[in-house]
Amino acid sequence: MPEREEPPLIVAYPNGPLLVRGNVEILTPEGAPLPRRRKTVALCRCGKSTIKPYCDGTHKLIGFVTEPEEPETPSGS
Amino acid sequence: MPAIVLDDAAVQQRPMQFPVSRGPASAAVLKVLRDPDDTSGLQDAIAAAVDASADLLVDEDLQLALFCLNELHYGGFAEAREDLEWAPELNAARIRIEGPFEAALRAAVPPTERPEPTMTGVADALFALTAADSGPSLSRYLARRATLEQAREFLIQRSIYTLKEADPHSWGIPRLSGRAKAALVEIQSDEYGGGRAGRIHSAIYAGTMRSLGLDDAYGTYIDAVPAVTLTALNMSSLFGLNRRLRGALVGHLAAFEMTSAIPSRQYGNGFRRLGFDETTTYYFDEHVEADAVHEQIAARDLAGGLIEAEPQLLDDLLFGAGACLVIDGLPGLHMLERWEAGESSLRTPAPADDEAPRA
Repeated sequence: MPEREEPPLIVAYPNGPLLVRGNVEILTPEGAPLPRRRKTVALCRCGKSTIKPYCDGTHKLIGFVTEPEEPETPSGS
Repeated sequence: MPAIVLDDAAVQQRPMQFPVSRGPASAAVLKVLRDPDDTSGLQDAIAAAVDASADLLVDEDLQLALFCLNELHYGGFAEAREDLEWAPELNAARIRIEGPFEAALRAAVPPTERPEPTMTGVADALFALTAADSGPSLSRYLARRATLEQAREFLIQRSIYTLKEADPHSWGIPRLSGRAKAALVEIQSDEYGGGRAGRIHSAIYAGTMRSLGLDDAYGTYIDAVPAVTLTALNMSSLFGLNRRLRGALVGHLAAFEMTSAIPSRQYGNGFRRLGFDETTTYYFDEHVEADAVHEQIAARDLAGGLIEAEPQLLDDLLFGAGACLVIDGLPGLHMLERWEAGESSLRTPAPADDEAPRA
């Protein structure tokens, strides 16, 4: 019976990781699969996780923000 | 971290043995559990103990009594009749303790400024609240200084909740709907191993206990743990068993998940420093990765989703989050205080380390 599968989803959480849901393979550059121990995984976005490519919460310790800071005076576009 | 396969048979939990009473209220509860036909004196004993209690949050007798009454709704007792779960007298006794217990909790939790009842407002408030949680750090102590004996005590103290990890919050599932329900189930499914019994978090924790020569049967160490350890679990049970407190239950879970990933790494480091390998640290390593996922889902989809659907629960959500920080922090403060004084954090000495298969 064909599987009716939802498309994979990546949700970008503000000031935090990217959460990946669904059937996505995460590979090394050589093509070897990285361990995937849970259905939903969080990918590091701050660059400081000790378990990259997964998130370990370190972004909170370093004050990582995802939104660019507002310029003090809006420059003309 | 290797994929450690645990024997499913080894993680089957059984009803616990009766604890030793700690005063008239817990003695009265245990007497009824042993002899359900004679409930005379139960309500009077509870009422008198509540009246006489100087501080319910650290009351050995009443917290043990409440623990026993709650346990009827979890795994139960080997020697108690199963239908006592809904015995009117025992439920009346539970409610008689829960009322003043909830009042004491509300008095102990500092108020938090109310955010906008939106997903972003709630999540930002929870991240700010949990980030501001400071004070002496049990995880740092474990990472840097704890002795082997203190590490064993830490596992014993944690076992009362962790051998039933996630269970209190599962009571929230039928009480939520929509986005909050999906988020709660997503978190709980991961807590319960995603369909693999050996990966249920409580089963992984049981493996950690065994690796230090500790007994992983639920309740083995109940007589050794102080009131504050029972208080923390009793609070989660209170939030879980009462539908009206679902906001507090969700706030509690969110704050719990949001303060777990980073300390879990420290705990793992502590056991590595003491010479243990990943058989022991698997539980903590797992929580570094899992709770970094859960905290995002918990703050936004679960807590934010709940408040967008039921904004009237905002105050209780903040109360539950604050209560997690204050009350779940008490066992840690107790351990640090005792250890700094060169004493054991347990009420009775830890059993001898006679068979610990050191890594």
